[in-house]
Amino acid sequence: MNSSIVISQSDGRPMYLQIMEQIKQKVAVGEWLPGEEIPSIRAMAVTLRVSVITVKRAYLELEREGVILTQHGKGSFVAPDPGLASRLYDGVLAQHLQQVVRIGTTLGLTTENLVDRLRDAEAHLNAHILEKETL
Amino acid sequence: MTDLSVQFTGVTKTYPHFTLSDVDLKLPTGSIMGFVGANGAGKSTTIRILMGLVHQDRGAVEVLGHAMPSQQAAAKRDIGFVSEDMRLYGPATLAWHMEFIRSIYPQWDALYAQDLLRRFDLKPAQKIKGLSHGQRVKAALLLALARRPRLLVLDEPTTGLDPVARCEVLGELMAVLADEERTIFFSSQNTLDVEQISDQITFIDRGRIIDSADKEIFLDRWRRLRLVLPPDTTLPRLPGIVQVGGSSRLPVLTISRFDPAMVAACQEAGASVQAVDSMTLEEIFIVNVQSRREGAIA
Repeated sequence: MNSSIVISQSDGRPMYLQIMEQIKQKVAVGEWLPGEEIPSIRAMAVTLRVSVITVKRAYLELEREGVILTQHGKGSFVAPDPGLASRLYDGVLAQHLQQVVRIGTTLGLTTENLVDRLRDAEAHLNAHILEKETL
Repeated sequence: MTDLSVQFTGVTKTYPHFTLSDVDLKLPTGSIMGFVGANGAGKSTTIRILMGLVHQDRGAVEVLGHAMPSQQAAAKRDIGFVSEDMRLYGPATLAWHMEFIRSIYPQWDALYAQDLLRRFDLKPAQKIKGLSHGQRVKAALLLALARRPRLLVLDEPTTGLDPVARCEVLGELMAVLADEERTIFFSSQNTLDVEQISDQITFIDRGRIIDSADKEIFLDRWRRLRLVLPPDTTLPRLPGIVQVGGSSRLPVLTISRFDPAMVAACQEAGASVQAVDSMTLEEIFIVNVQSRREGAIA
């Protein structure tokens, strides 16, 4: 299986986090399906040219988060949970919302202000899509 | 059989102007250790002792279960060694060298050698003296790898390589590690290479090991805290502060034993924590060496 994960040296975040995030994306978009076998720790390390210990750490944390399962001697699999993809998307949404609240507080915005801004953003995005489609 | 491929215990070697003191090293089988140090820090001396080329004055060295230097003949059957000053025979071709090594080592893997020729873009008919530095390094690496040694010892394998050759060499090293029984020990001044492929990292400076740990632990333990300190507050006392930089109002703490509880401790002391930055291996190495030279870490 082609892993097609990209490690960036200029990303600034630890490599294991980059691996975790990209595996979660693969699962979220359905490129890797629940129950499907994924590359072993060593195989992943060899393709990514990063140390075994880094991939091991990423896999362990993903296991803790319930995204994958590693069975000794058998290999690693995406967790056989049909709701996993939407749960991962939900996690991303929650993170972004927290960030919105944090910045809103810094700017002294009320919840109503934030809701209005959310509607504005939606309208803006829809207008943008419409513009692209008519082009 | 032991699960350590290399073990140094209290190894000391004294020269008139340099001493390697009390070196302890443990390299588990199946992993890769990056050995980082400045020029003259003792990297090459350590590697020569590992290979039995230099005899230690004191301490025990065990490589693949063999005591060094006394059992070096047995150990070397399974060690592939590539160093910067490795002399290949200039007037002879790479093919001649491959045939020569094949005649000595029965485990020579001709298919793998052909594969490496292609991947390293080397021509067997070319004479060694006509090769560029990068091609020479790749040729030496090919000769070591195709023997399928259980332990690879590489002295500065990526120094002086162009980015493409570096990437090829790192890729081949990782491919070796696909087999859990194989182990790599490599020295480097390039912390990026070490950070990328090592499982274990060891820093050496002025003949002493200054830090040695599993890479993830290494990167997790070191953090830089950027604080804002109100006028009448003082910095909390935290364990493992290696360096205090910045200004008195905006101090920057470099910590070698970071724990998330430290953030709370800073806040309790009245400081506000602006950022908790992780550090690159290069930054960790430099701070580590500087602070030890200044005597800040006991």
